[in-house]
Amino acid sequence: MSPSGSSPGSTSSFGSLCCERVSRSFGRQRALHELDLEIRGGEFVALLGPSGCGKSTALNCLAGLLPLTGGAILLDGERIDRLAPERRGFGMVFQNYALFPHMTVRGNVAFGLKMARVPKARARERTDRALELVHLTAHAHKRPGQLSGGQQQRVAIARAVVLEPRLVLMDEPLSNLDAALRLEMRTEIRRLHQRLGLTTVYVTHDQEEALSLADRLVVLRDGRTQQIGTPEEVYARPANRYVAGFMGYRNMLDVTVTGPGPTPALTLAGSRITGTDRDGVPVGERATAAVRPEDLEVVPDGTPHPGGTLPATVEVVEYHGRELAVQARLSDGQALHLRTRERLAPDDEVRVAAPPERVLVFGPDDAGDADDAGEDARGDSATYAGKRPKAVSA
Amino acid sequence: MDRTLLLAAPGVAFLLLLFCYPFGYGLGLSFQPKDGGGALANYRRFFDDPYLRETIWITLKLAVPAALVNCLAAVPVAFRTRGPFRGRRLITTLLVMPITLGTVLTAQGLLGYLGPNGWLNKALRGIGLIDQPLELVHNYWGVLASLIITGFPFAYLLTLSYLTGIDPSLEQAAATLGARRAQRFRYVLLPLLAPGLAITFCLSFVLAFAVFPSAQLVGDPRGETHVISIEAYQAAFQKFDYALGSAIAMVMAAVMLAVVLLVLGWRSLLYRGATGGKG
Repeated sequence: MSPSGSSPGSTSSFGSLCCERVSRSFGRQRALHELDLEIRGGEFVALLGPSGCGKSTALNCLAGLLPLTGGAILLDGERIDRLAPERRGFGMVFQNYALFPHMTVRGNVAFGLKMARVPKARARERTDRALELVHLTAHAHKRPGQLSGGQQQRVAIARAVVLEPRLVLMDEPLSNLDAALRLEMRTEIRRLHQRLGLTTVYVTHDQEEALSLADRLVVLRDGRTQQIGTPEEVYARPANRYVAGFMGYRNMLDVTVTGPGPTPALTLAGSRITGTDRDGVPVGERATAAVRPEDLEVVPDGTPHPGGTLPATVEVVEYHGRELAVQARLSDGQALHLRTRERLAPDDEVRVAAPPERVLVFGPDDAGDADDAGEDARGDSATYAGKRPKAVSA
Repeated sequence: MDRTLLLAAPGVAFLLLLFCYPFGYGLGLSFQPKDGGGALANYRRFFDDPYLRETIWITLKLAVPAALVNCLAAVPVAFRTRGPFRGRRLITTLLVMPITLGTVLTAQGLLGYLGPNGWLNKALRGIGLIDQPLELVHNYWGVLASLIITGFPFAYLLTLSYLTGIDPSLEQAAATLGARRAQRFRYVLLPLLAPGLAITFCLSFVLAFAVFPSAQLVGDPRGETHVISIEAYQAAFQKFDYALGSAIAMVMAAVMLAVVLLVLGWRSLLYRGATGGKG
C-alpha cells in the first residue's frame, strides 16, 4: 500500500500497478487476451488500437466495471481485481463524459468528495481548485446540458481528478470533440498530467493522440498486445506489420528478399532497393516492405541513392500547402504514396528512393496468429493510413 | 399554413368527437337537474348527502394506496429486470400477464383464492395458524388487492422504460467516484427517475380511481367500497337521473385532476432534462 494510505479522496500514489495475464471474454469471444503490463506511478500510458481491439475492455477491467475472466491486477503487490469500483479509488473519464445531468457543474465535481465524506469547507476549497484548473469557475452553477462539448469534457476531467486518485482512466475522452477542440484539449490533458503528476491510462484509437500524450504506448489488436514501448520506439521501430500500418506506414509493398543480412537487398517491381530486416525473412522469400509516405523522396534522374531507386508514374496529386501528397504507381501496378515539395503533375515519370533504415521488411504472415489476421492488418492499416495525411496536414 | 398539420386532423377529430363533446355534454347536463332547484342543485345534493360525499374519500382511500404500492413495487422489480439476462423475456411476460386477464377474471381468481373457503384460508387453517377464515374478499382488502394486481403491469412497464432511459454510464461514473450501491441509487438514479415515477403514479392513480368492476365483484359495493363510480352508475342507470350521474362524474374528474395537478406541481420542482440514455 502507498505510504499515505489508500482511502479514496486522499492524495496517494503507488509504486507500480501490474496487470498479469489480464483476460476478459464475452461468451466465447476473447475481448482481451493475457495483457501483461506494468504501470509505474506517475506514468502516462496509452492503450492504442482500432475499435474492438480490447482497449476499452482493458480500461473497464482496471476500473472494476468489468470482472476479469482471467489473470490478476496487483497494486504494489496487492490484488485489487476483486475490489468493487467504488473501493479502488481510481478516477475515470468516460467517452460520453457521463456527467450527472441533474447536478450543477459544481455538484458534479464535488460528488466524489461528498461520497468520501470530506468536510464541507475542505470539499468546497478542493472543488474550487479543480474548477479553476479546468477554467470552469464561471460556469460552476450551470447544468451540464448548458455547456459545450469541450466544457463538458473539462467537467468530466475535473470530476475525476478532484479526488486526486491513484490512477486516472480516460476512455477516448476526445473522440466526441471537433478537430480544433481536440487539439486544444489534448494539450490541456498533457498540461494537467505534468502539473498534477497523476498516473494515467488513456484509451484511444488515434495514434497521433497516443504518440503526443503518452510516456508509453500499448498497441492492441483483437485483444492481444502487439507492442509496448515509448512513442519513439513504436513510431520508429514498429514490432510488426500491423503496428507499422497503424503507425502511418502507409506503403505496404510486396517485395522479394534477394540478399542476406540486417539490411537485405530487395526486389520491388524489377528494381533493387535496400531495406532493414525486422522479422528475419530468409533470402528468396516474399515479404512486405513498410515505408512512410514522408520517408520517400523524389530523386533526380541519374543520381545514385544508397537505398536504390524506383521508377514510378505519378497518378494523383493533392495540394497540401507546404507539400504535395502524391499517389504514384510502380511498373508492377502497386500504388506508392509519397509526400514531396517537388512540383509534380499527373503522368510525370519520377524516380523515388528511401533511406534503407526507413524501409522496414516484415514477413508475410507475421502480424497475427491466425490466417485471417493478416487480412485484418491490411484492412486496418489501409483505414488508418488513409487518415494519416489529413492528420499530418492539420 | 403548413400542410403537415393536416396529419393531426384525424387525431383532433377523434378527441373532439369522443372526448370533448361527451365531456361538454355531460358538464352541461350536470347543470340541468331533473327535479329543478337551480343549476347547482345536483352538486348541492351530492355534497349534502354524507353517503354520496363519502364516496370521494372511499375511492381515494383505495386509489392512492394502490397507486403508491404499484409505483414502489415497480421500482425494485424494474431494477432487477433491466439489462439483459437469461429468461428476461419470460419474466417480463409473466409480470405483464395480469393486463391480459382483465378485472373480471382477476376478481374471479381472487374470490377463489382469498375467499373464506379459498386455498389461502384453507392452507392457513390446515397448518393451524388461524381458527376463523380471514376476511379478504367482499371488503376493502379484496378491492385493493385487485387494483394492485391489475395496475402493477402498467406501473412496471412505465418504470422500466424510464429506468432503461437512464444512461448506465452515469451509475458507473458514480461508482468510480466512490458511491456505494445505495448512494448511487439515492443520488443519481432516484433523482433522474423521480419525474418518471410522478407520471407513473398519476396514471396508476387515475386507473385506480375509476375502479368499478372490482369494487362491485370483490368488494362491498354498498358499504366499504361504495366508490364514486358505483354511485354515478346507480344514479344514471338505476335511478335514471342522468343529470345527477353527470354531476357525480364531474366531481370524479375534478378530484382526479386535483390529485394529478398536485403531483405534477411537485414534479415541476424536479430535474426533468435528458437522462443521457436511449429514452
